[in-house]
Amino acid sequence: MKHVIYRNLTSKILSFGFIFFLTFSISINAQEETAEAAGDPVNGKSLFNANCAACHRLNKPMTGPALANVEQRLYEEEGLDREWLNKWIRNSAGLISSGDAYANKVYNEWNQVAMNAFPQLSDQDISDILAYTAAPPPAPAVAETAVAEQAGGAQGGISNEIILGALAVLFGLLAMALIVVKRTLNRFAEAKGIPVVEEDEKRLPLWKAFVQNQFLVLVTSIFFLLGSAYFVYGYLMQVGVDQGYEPVQPIHYSHRIHAGENGIDCKYCHSSARVSKHSGIPSLNICMNCHKAIGQVAEATQQEGINEYGVDYNAEIQKLYKAVGWDESTQSYTGETSPVEWIRIHNLPDLAYFNHAQHVSVAGVECQTCHGPVEEMEIMYQHAPLTMGWCINCHRETNVNVQDNGYYAKIHEELSKKYGVEQLTAAQMGGLECGKCHY
Amino acid sequence: MKTFLKYILALLVVFSLSSCNNKTSRNYQYMPNMYEPVSYEAYQESDAFANGIEAQLPAEGTIPRGGFMPYEYEDTNEGYEAAKANLVSPMDSLQVDYERGKELYDVYCGICHGTKGAGQGTLVKREKILGVPSYADAGRAITTGSIYHVIYYGKNTMGSYANQLNEEERWQVVAYVEKLKAELEK
Ligand code: HEC
Ligand code: HEC
Ligand code: HEC
Ligand code: HEC
Ligand code: HEC
Ligand code: HEC
Ligand code: HEC
Repeated sequence: MKHVIYRNLTSKILSFGFIFFLTFSISINAQEETAEAAGDPVNGKSLFNANCAACHRLNKPMTGPALANVEQRLYEEEGLDREWLNKWIRNSAGLISSGDAYANKVYNEWNQVAMNAFPQLSDQDISDILAYTAAPPPAPAVAETAVAEQAGGAQGGISNEIILGALAVLFGLLAMALIVVKRTLNRFAEAKGIPVVEEDEKRLPLWKAFVQNQFLVLVTSIFFLLGSAYFVYGYLMQVGVDQGYEPVQPIHYSHRIHAGENGIDCKYCHSSARVSKHSGIPSLNICMNCHKAIGQVAEATQQEGINEYGVDYNAEIQKLYKAVGWDESTQSYTGETSPVEWIRIHNLPDLAYFNHAQHVSVAGVECQTCHGPVEEMEIMYQHAPLTMGWCINCHRETNVNVQDNGYYAKIHEELSKKYGVEQLTAAQMGGLECGKCHY
Repeated sequence: MKTFLKYILALLVVFSLSSCNNKTSRNYQYMPNMYEPVSYEAYQESDAFANGIEAQLPAEGTIPRGGFMPYEYEDTNEGYEAAKANLVSPMDSLQVDYERGKELYDVYCGICHGTKGAGQGTLVKREKILGVPSYADAGRAITTGSIYHVIYYGKNTMGSYANQLNEEERWQVVAYVEKLKAELEK
């Protein structure tokens, strides 16, 4: 995750520079220092992110209005000063109920969503926050990091190519060396007078000699038959097995980004795996838990998507918004929804019964044991063959989890005496009985 | 020349065989009669409903079987205040299971609120979601009732968790959040 480190590093360096610059500018131009104007945008940013960012963005409306330059805007348009802002931020509900005209106006404009009270913010804190909202966004920093990252990415690519190229050159050299060696050996042989066997006209062609040798023909054909039987068997056995199946989904949804990089637990989305037969595909309201706030991926993520996977991630999020009927500009649902038709990947035939809760909650098997390295999959595919042999093998090899399971205490004791083992496998508990999986 | 043609033919055969092995479509099946369900399967498309989706919301006014308690507070500012002031947990101290609460909390809440509840989850640290408050935030002064209300309906950018957690699980999470809050305030 070196991208992140880069980005943080740059922003840290920048903010250090900013503080440095500020301390200088303030101490030198002491006459400019007034109680209000000395807001520190760096501290303001952290305060803003901690307290206000839940509802406000700088340049985009969210739960509340966009706050870029809010102080100036309110002063110019409404004639409201810092004192009003202090009151509003510390206790907007109080200001509204006191009958303040503008307070009531915005409150109603924003569908009477209540802004939290922040009595704990000091005058200085509010100055800092407003200074942050007034500071232009550090655009050059973003561009710089993007360039740096691109360079970094390209470096990785180049070094791989260099290695491959070097290998190819090496092989070429080897081949040439061999040819040269052969030539010199031939020349030596000629010099010593040993006849070099070139085309011999009188000899039987190889295939005729082969056909005349009955034994050789027999052995070869047996070999050939066995070989093709092996392949035919292999081919027939994989009929109906969808291992590696990787359909194109209607939204390019990446498990690598969600479960891998951002570490979201599988059960956050596949929440019915805990309690039911099915793991379930999350409904779109679960996506919106996060994507109300995440309308665009970070610049680094977007670059990675375009360079490495050829996908425009932001466009994919727009597909999600379209399906769930979310209007970003008004931050509300339009009510026009269209289902996302995810293509089902894992699918046992109807004759077999499989239950997630039994394996995930009771047995405590990790999802990855059966579904493979999901947190690295950009596109989901079927990792396991899902054949009967696969199920049975695991039942033979895996011990039953009896800890804290009163239901199993007695039967486990009896059966382990019967089989003379310490730990029962799932098979010994009855995991091989046809009726358990076929009904 | 002939051998050359043979090579090409062999290559063609191999190529056509391997191109059947397409990863984006399903494999062949033998006689799949018993593979395909007669009954409805989960998430299947169905023409029984107007929009073709089998997963439907319950009809309005219906109540699921078994120990269901309707939630009476409304999803408004007044409902929030009322829940904050009046709603208390139906669980007694013996029913509270902090271990299960922690398990559920770490799956559903920890990703934003952090495992300690200080508002520093993975997504916040990676600056994907901002403005997640600490449970000890004095300006919010959350209570048993307000936590439950927020899990049930969500609040502003935080979504509802009522469909991932059932009633009993929600109260377990509430108990665990209160424990975290107490630890943060220490
Ligand atoms: C719970 C969500 C929420 C949080 C957190 C929040 N606000 Fe607000 N804010 C709103 C809403 C909603 C409005 C619109 C008025 C209303 O409905 O009350 C608003 C309005 C405002 C306004 C008036 C803007 C205008 O154009 O008139 C200012 C200024 C403001 N907020 C500043 C802040 C600051 C500073 C913070 C952080 C200390 C903050 N807000 C935190 C929701 C929030
Ligand atoms: C942010 C939500 C989210 C998280 C977290 C998540 N998934 Fe998924 N998962 C989905 C969605 C949406 C699909 C359907 C789209 C697809 O197949 O790519 C899916 C599909 C799958 C499928 C294939 C289902 C099928 O059609 O057969 C498997 C298996 C799966 N997920 C396993 C996991 C595992 C294991 C984890 C944890 C490492 C995980 N998921 C984490 C949302 C999520
Ligand atoms: C717990 C939070 C969370 C949930 C739930 C969630 N996402 Fe995401 N999603 C993220 C984050 C974080 C990113 C990456 C943002 C970044 O890197 O800047 C992301 C990125 C994406 C992207 C762009 C990258 C990609 O995967 O192609 C898409 C599309 C997306 N999400 C779709 C979905 C869908 C569909 C669901 C519901 C099944 C969902 N998300 C649920 C947090 C979430
Ligand atoms: C013991 C192996 C095993 C484990 C462990 C397991 N799965 Fe599965 N999973 C399967 C099989 C088999 C299917 C196909 C089920 C079917 O078709 O009925 C499946 C299907 C799925 C599906 C497709 C939809 C469905 O429910 O049929 C999803 C999503 C999924 N698994 C996610 C998960 C997640 C998330 C976990 C971890 C919490 C998990 N699985 C753990 C074997 C497993
Ligand atoms: C990763 C190993 C693993 C795989 C793969 C696996 N299982 Fe299991 N299974 C277990 C374990 C462990 C148990 C015992 C759970 C318990 O404690 O009851 C179990 C139990 C079961 C049970 C209940 C058995 C009983 O005695 O009640 C059924 C049914 C079952 N599995 C079906 C399947 C099917 C069908 C498949 C293949 C699609 C499968 N399992 C694949 C590990 C596995
Ligand atoms: C652990 C679970 C499990 C047990 C126990 C089990 N099976 Fe199976 N069986 C399966 C699964 C899963 C499939 C589907 C495999 C596939 O789709 O390739 C299957 C497929 C089959 C098939 C092939 C059907 C077809 O047309 O593809 C037959 C026949 C069968 N089982 C017979 C049995 C018999 C007889 C027993 C008892 C000795 C038994 N099974 C025990 C899980 C099990
Ligand atoms: C996707 C990130 C996210 C997840 C996951 C999440 N929250 Fe939140 N939570 C937030 C945000 C953002 C806020 C601030 C909401 C606002 O604007 O007031 C919040 C606020 C809260 C509050 C304070 C609300 C108030 O009364 O002011 C509580 C309590 C809370 N969350 C509990 C939970 C619990 C319990 C869970 C797990 C079931 C959870 N959260 C999961 C993002 C999240």
